[in-house]
Amino acid sequence: MSDERTRVAEPGSAPTAGPSTPAPDREFTVAERSQFQLVLRRFRQHRLAVVSLGVLVALVLLAYVGGALWRHDFGEFTPDNSQPPSWEHPFGTDAQGKDQFAQVLRGTQISLQIAVLVALFSTVVGTVWGAVAGYFGGLVDTVMMRISDLILTLPLLVVAAMLAHRFGGSWWLISLVIAGLYWAYVSRVSRGVVLSLREKEFIEAAEAMGAGDVRIILRHLVPNALGSIIVNATILIAVAILLETALSYLGFGVRPPDTSLGLLVSEAQTALTTRPWLFYFPGLFIILIALTINFIGDGLRDALDPQQTKVRA
Amino acid sequence: MLAFAVRRIAISVPILLLSSFIVFMLASLSGNPLNELLFRNPPPPPQVIALETERLRLDVPLLERYWLWLSGLFAGDFGPSVQSNLDIGSELASRFLVTMRLILVAMLVALLLAVVVGVVSAVKQYSKTDYSATFVGFLFLAMPSFWFAILLKQWGIEFNNAVGQQVIYTIGASSVNPPDGFWSNVADIAGHMVLPTISLALISYAAWSRYQRASMLEVMNSDYIRLARAKGLSRRRVMVKHGLRNALIPLTTVTALDLAAIISGAVVTETVFQWRGMGDFVLNGIRTNDVYVVMAWLLVTATVVILFNLVADLLYAVLDPRIRYV
Repeated sequence: MSDERTRVAEPGSAPTAGPSTPAPDREFTVAERSQFQLVLRRFRQHRLAVVSLGVLVALVLLAYVGGALWRHDFGEFTPDNSQPPSWEHPFGTDAQGKDQFAQVLRGTQISLQIAVLVALFSTVVGTVWGAVAGYFGGLVDTVMMRISDLILTLPLLVVAAMLAHRFGGSWWLISLVIAGLYWAYVSRVSRGVVLSLREKEFIEAAEAMGAGDVRIILRHLVPNALGSIIVNATILIAVAILLETALSYLGFGVRPPDTSLGLLVSEAQTALTTRPWLFYFPGLFIILIALTINFIGDGLRDALDPQQTKVRA
Repeated sequence: MLAFAVRRIAISVPILLLSSFIVFMLASLSGNPLNELLFRNPPPPPQVIALETERLRLDVPLLERYWLWLSGLFAGDFGPSVQSNLDIGSELASRFLVTMRLILVAMLVALLLAVVVGVVSAVKQYSKTDYSATFVGFLFLAMPSFWFAILLKQWGIEFNNAVGQQVIYTIGASSVNPPDGFWSNVADIAGHMVLPTISLALISYAAWSRYQRASMLEVMNSDYIRLARAKGLSRRRVMVKHGLRNALIPLTTVTALDLAAIISGAVVTETVFQWRGMGDFVLNGIRTNDVYVVMAWLLVTATVVILFNLVADLLYAVLDPRIRYV
C-alpha cells in the first residue's frame, strides 16, 4: 500500500493533479504491518481457533515427543493384560498386554501423517489443476474439469477400499489412495476462485503491462487464491482423518502390526463391555483432532478473508 | 419439465458408462478372483480351476470382459460371482430394499432435524440455544460415524440389560424368525432400524443444520422480509412462507450432493449393526475380489445418485417458481 502511494506522490508521475508541495505519505504515521501480521492479528481475535490451535499443537507434541519418550513402545507386550487405566498405564492395556497409551499415541501419529499428506498432496495437485483449467478456459477447462467430474462420480469409500485392498497396508500408500480421489474436490474449489479472480482489474492490469501466463498465475492468481486454498486444506485434514479411520475400521486401511486410531477403535469394539477404555480413548482423540482442526479452519477463514474489516490496519 | 428430465438422464448415461469402465478396470486389476481357490489346501484339481476361469470369464481379454458385462446387463445378467451359487441380481434386489429404507428414513430424520434446528438457531442468533446447537453441530461434524454407532449400540445393549428384556434391537435388519402378521413384521423392522437411523442421521444432520442456519440468516436479513413484516404480516407467516421457503433451496442442493457420502456412511453403519445390506455386499465383494458384485453395487448406487440429483433439480422449481425447466 505505502509503496504505491509514494510512487503517486513522486513529482514526475503526477504532473497535474495532487498536492503541489511534497505532502507527507500519510497524515499520521502508524507502524507498517505486513499481510502476514494482519492475518495473524485477525486470527488471534478468534478465541476458539487460538485455543484449538494450542490443543492441536499439544496433541501433536504428545504424539511425537511423548510417543518417543513414553516408557512403553506401541508394539511392546507388557506383562499386564486387560488392565484398566492406572498410573502405569494411563489408558489401560489390551488383552495382549499392549499399553493403550502408547498405541493411541502411535495411532495419532499415523492418522495425522496420513491426513496431512492427503491434504498436502491433493491441495497441490488440485490447486494447480483447477487454476490452470480456470485460467485458460475453453477446451482446456472443459477437458480438465470433465476429468475431475469423473473422479467425483466415483464412490469414494468403496473405490478407496478397493485400491487400499490392492496396494494398502502402509500409511503413505493409503494417503496416496485417498489423495488420488480427493484432489478433484480441491480442483473445483480452486477453479471457482480463479474464475472470479481472473476477471478482476488487477489481472487485466498485469496483462496490460505484459506479464506472461506463468507470471500471472504464480505472482497474481495463486497468492490471491491462497486464502481459500489454505482454509480448504485445513478442513481437508479433518475430512481425511475421518475417512482414514473409517477405512481402517472396515479393514482396508492401516494393518497390524502398525496401528491407527480407526484400527484401535475397530479392535476395541468387541470388548466394549469388558474393556471400555480401549474404545473411548482412540475415539476421543479422533474427535479432538477433527474438532480442533475444524475450529482452526473457521478462524483461518475469518482471518484470511480480504473483505474482513474487523481489525483495521 | 419432462423434456428436461429426459435430457438430464441422457447426459448421465455417458458419465455412468465411463465411471463403470474405470471401476471395472480397477476392480479387475485389484486382485485375482481365483485366489481363494488357488490357495485352498488340498489344492483343487486343475479341471476345477480351468472351469472357474472360464465361468468367471478370466480367459477373455479385459476389454472384452467389460463388453460382455455391459451387454449382459441388457439381458438382466449382472455377471458371475466368485460364489458359484450366488445370483447377483436377486441378491442385490433384497439387499437394496434393506439399505434404501435405512438411507431414506435417515435422510428424512436428518433433514427435519436440520431444518428445525437451523431455523431456530438463525431466528435466535447468538442466543444460548444457538450456541449449543452450533457446538453440537461441530461435535457431530468431528465424530467418526462408526465410533458413534458402536457407542449407540452399546447403550442399546446396556438399556436392554437394565430393563431385563430385548427392547432395542442392536443386531441385524430384522429378526431371524420374523413374527407373523403384517403389522408385527413392520414393528420388528422398525425396531431394528432405530439405532442405525439415529447414527446415520446425526452425522449428516451436523453439516445440514449449519447450512440451514446460514441460509435462513441470509434470507431473514433481506429487504423483502423487512417489507413483509412492515406491511403487517405476522412474524410466523413471514418466517415460514417467506423465509423458510427461500431458505430451503440451498439445502436441497447440499442434500443431493451429500447422498453419495450418506451411502458411504450407510456402508459403515451397516457394518457396525451387522446388517446384510448393500454395504456388507460390496465390502465382501472387495475382500474376495468379486468384480461383478462390486460392479452391480456401483451401478445401483450411481443410478440412485443420478435420480436423486434429478429430483433435487425438479424440487427447485417447486420451491422457487422463478426456475423453469424447458
